Amino acid sequence: MTGKLLGVASGVSLAVLAVLALVVVPPDAVQGDAQRLMYVHVPTAWLAYLAFFVTAVASVLWLWPRTRAPHWDLLAGSSAEVGVVFTGLTLALGSLWGRPIWGTWWEWDARLTTTLVLFFLYVGYLALRRTGATADERGKRCAIAALIAFADVPVVHFSVTWWETLHQDATVFNPDLDVRMEGFWMPFTLVFSVLAFTLLYATLVRTRLRLAELDEGREERELQRAIEERRRAEVVPA
Amino acid sequence: MTLLRESALVMGKDLRIELRSRVALQQILPFGGVVLVLFAFALDPDRGLLSRVAPGLFWAAVLLAALLAVTRSFAVEDANRARDGLRLSGIDPGAVFLGKAAAIAVELLVLEAALGAGVVVLYDVEPRGVLLLACAALAATAGLAATGTVYGVLSSGLRARDTLVPLLVLPAVTPVMLGATRAFEAALDGVPGDGWPWVQLLVVFSALAVAAGVAVFGPLLEES
Repeated sequence: MTGKLLGVASGVSLAVLAVLALVVVPPDAVQGDAQRLMYVHVPTAWLAYLAFFVTAVASVLWLWPRTRAPHWDLLAGSSAEVGVVFTGLTLALGSLWGRPIWGTWWEWDARLTTTLVLFFLYVGYLALRRTGATADERGKRCAIAALIAFADVPVVHFSVTWWETLHQDATVFNPDLDVRMEGFWMPFTLVFSVLAFTLLYATLVRTRLRLAELDEGREERELQRAIEERRRAEVVPA
Repeated sequence: MTLLRESALVMGKDLRIELRSRVALQQILPFGGVVLVLFAFALDPDRGLLSRVAPGLFWAAVLLAALLAVTRSFAVEDANRARDGLRLSGIDPGAVFLGKAAAIAVELLVLEAALGAGVVVLYDVEPRGVLLLACAALAATAGLAATGTVYGVLSSGLRARDTLVPLLVLPAVTPVMLGATRAFEAALDGVPGDGWPWVQLLVVFSALAVAAGVAVFGPLLEES
């Protein structure tokens, strides 16, 4: 029931967001219609970080002996999967926006570079999840890998920022280009977009977690069914 | 004290294996050399690009070769269930980590010396600021070896181990690649003052990597 409600709520709010962002909000004075990408780019970026934060918390809860339970591992994996998708979207949407506004698809700026490294760190984490160890073994390895990746991100960000400030002249960033929030609809739509996408995140993770739980017990259930079938076949000899 | 002695034992074991099997010497080292040659093909030597970007190429070659060293360090323990032996030996897991990382670091330092000579000869680079070069190389190597060892044990015994290690290690060592390259550039450009902050970054990264390795190696070694 909760799942359906979440699904409907996120569907409706995304539809409302589409109307708000494409019709209601006026185009930006400087950037024109390209600025409308902000209403998907900002929430996807926020979700990417939220998702990896959830993965880290779930990993800690799995590692902590008192709270250890299989579903924390599955939640960590589900959230990371959604996070990787949203990180990819963030990069792609940012690139689409950068082309008309900065005049380039990609800029080696600190935030972009860190996000790209973040993307690869968690692609690696997902690959580690699929290596076919037992559930316990996978939980341990993945929880540790998730925490190392999470701790690595600030270090990466720091080093990339340092690197970037060294050749400041190469960047095409124009500080005047920052969007100024005007009127009521612009800030409202932005906040609304974050809420709508957070709902979407909750729906996706919930569905993915449910799927993971079903998948987890599948092998055992199939084995059980095969045994029972075999037993029945033996009880009723032809 | 026992921690250091035990790490030295593990390091000695790994280095002895490499000395006797000659895999590092006959495969990983030439691989690094081939990568250097490959870069020369990619960036036409006549355009003078090679000597300018030599620090980056050098560290890229080291990184790629380091992946082989890490994979190799854990592959040697797959045979005859040697890892079980290591586990049962009663050596502290932290010491196992330090020993294996130190062995990889020693191999990498030898590799770096050889590749450094290769860069000087092949890319027409004049070595300057040797102290900065040496400190940056030491700090970067410690960080590389420690991170590699953590991810090595993380993926040891898994099906797709060989392909997994590069994917896990390379993004994680972004700070090493950046820091070591910038420090080398500063040294070769004759402005060592610009390079020392990067060495500090490398030292911090290495310290974090070593601390993380000592902390997580125990549980990871247990039944991997």
